[in-house]
Amino acid sequence: MSDAAEQTTAHAVDPVKVETPLQRFVSDYADNKISVVAFIVLVGIIFIAIFAPWISPTDPYDLAKVSIFDSKLEPGTKSMDGVTFWLGTDSAGRDLLSSIFYGLRISLGVGVMSGVIALCIGSAIGLIAAYYGGRIDTLIMRIVDIQLSFPAILVALILISVLGKGVDKVIIALVLVQWAYYARTVRGSALVERNKEYIEAATCLALGNNRIVFRHLMPNCLPPLIVVGTVQTAHAISLEATLSFLGVGLPITEPSLGLLIANGFEVMLSGLYWVSFFPGIALLITIVSINLVGDQLRDVLNPRLQK
Amino acid sequence: MSVFIIRRLMQSVIVVAVMSLIVFVGVNVVGDPVDMLINPEADQAEIERVIRDLGLDRPLHEQYLYFVGNAFEGDLGKSFVFGESALKLIVQRMPATFELAFSALLMAIVIGVPFGVYAGMRPNAISSRTIMAGSILGFSLPTFWVGLMMIMVFAVMLGWLPSTGRGDTVEIFGIEVSFLTADGLSHLLMPALNLALLKISLVIRLARAGTREAMHQDYVKFARAKGLSETRVILVHVLKNIMIPVVTVLGLEFGSLIAFSVVTETVFAWPGMGKLLIDALHNLDRPIIVAYLMMIVLVFVIINLIVDIFYSVLDPRVRLKDAGQ
Repeated sequence: MSDAAEQTTAHAVDPVKVETPLQRFVSDYADNKISVVAFIVLVGIIFIAIFAPWISPTDPYDLAKVSIFDSKLEPGTKSMDGVTFWLGTDSAGRDLLSSIFYGLRISLGVGVMSGVIALCIGSAIGLIAAYYGGRIDTLIMRIVDIQLSFPAILVALILISVLGKGVDKVIIALVLVQWAYYARTVRGSALVERNKEYIEAATCLALGNNRIVFRHLMPNCLPPLIVVGTVQTAHAISLEATLSFLGVGLPITEPSLGLLIANGFEVMLSGLYWVSFFPGIALLITIVSINLVGDQLRDVLNPRLQK
Repeated sequence: MSVFIIRRLMQSVIVVAVMSLIVFVGVNVVGDPVDMLINPEADQAEIERVIRDLGLDRPLHEQYLYFVGNAFEGDLGKSFVFGESALKLIVQRMPATFELAFSALLMAIVIGVPFGVYAGMRPNAISSRTIMAGSILGFSLPTFWVGLMMIMVFAVMLGWLPSTGRGDTVEIFGIEVSFLTADGLSHLLMPALNLALLKISLVIRLARAGTREAMHQDYVKFARAKGLSETRVILVHVLKNIMIPVVTVLGLEFGSLIAFSVVTETVFAWPGMGKLLIDALHNLDRPIIVAYLMMIVLVFVIINLIVDIFYSVLDPRVRLKDAGQ
């Protein structure tokens, strides 16, 4: 059958345009203008983070190109080579805008990576708890409860003091802080899904436990997980920045936004406000846009709120 | 009821024991304090003397048993840097942290409740929407950065408030406090506000939701029908009812204020426990780290225990469910 013929038959059978789930999702999401703006901003930030080395005006960590004569310049001044420093320079003469681009790359990278690992580990544990129930469930949820009764920053500080410094250590700490949220979320929705007919049907077909859990149960627990995932990633980015600011997070070889702000703190008392102001604004925009997108996703993906 | 309390108490003891093991082993595996604390030009005899003094030459499990035994006597080792009892140093710094946390708690109520009630009374007014947008921002702002910007504006640019330290303190009941002197109060204002920011946002949301709900209740309608002034209706009838959830949630959040004070204390050089911890992490001063973590775990376990018991008294379902397991 030719394409044209196919189109005509489809048209004849169904003259009313049927929305695919994706289209409905997109149009629901677009209901809120602020969320659309937040989404666009977030895409822009991710773009910057991925392509930082290619779109930054200068390479702030190439020692051959950074000149100490350009240090502590105010936003908007031109360097001796004619490059404009839109956001000024720090005390070593690095262009702040470029440093922020590179910093976003590290902050987002660490946040997303820890979020994805925590999501995988946490949801696997949550699924196991919900599917097997009984003692395993009680034990896992007790651990989750106890961990969540301590604030995230405290758990992170304990872990960092136990693990030591370094990129890998920070990611491990962030994963260990976050897994419990995912485990609790997945367990909650899996407990509801577990009693539905399709799981019963799969059990009757004598499918293996692994197959039922990961092929049937898991996909149906995804929507709340996506929402928790966005909010947790924002938390992770904020937490990493806080730890790095305190000097117990990333090493100075990985200058994330938190470290840039910490650098600015040292020169702030002499009036160089921009060195810590702009990285903070970048961090704030990132966190706010992720939170706004997460908020809207929660509303759109919540079946109880669906029209 | 007592079964419930005993179960929870045992759970708390297990948490503390597990934590002590994790913290001790973890902290002792990280880094080598010998390199950090001994003058590199010291001779071999001097190095050995210091290692023996600090008990670093014993095997790890012996060090731990030694540590547990001493912990029961209130001795968590001597600080490598200060040469004093680590626990004593922590306890000395504790009042400063608690003063900061309590001030923040008070600010959260004093600032958050009026804004929240106002936003709840006129949910659609532009001013109320601005308040709510502000509270969303309050949730997203990184605490440490806000602290820096406060110092930038109020200390560096305007020069109104001091940026570091506690200022003059007075002693009451043997505890140094800042809030009773003008100088101390001016030092306290910025850190407390900084720490309170997140909680203010939280209280605004709670107070707004509570007010919106209360405005439609019969007792408010009745109070109005009696001819009471709007001020009296709000201040007496509405406020009394919304304060219950606000106080409950803030009680739960007190622990997180103490935890977050680590950040605020570092920004404002406030001489509390948190600052001590961060300094100790930089110097690899293990006894201080261990003492702080044990202390804070103990504080949290106690707070959680009180909250659990409090809840089980209020809501019998909690303890019944627990007993059924």
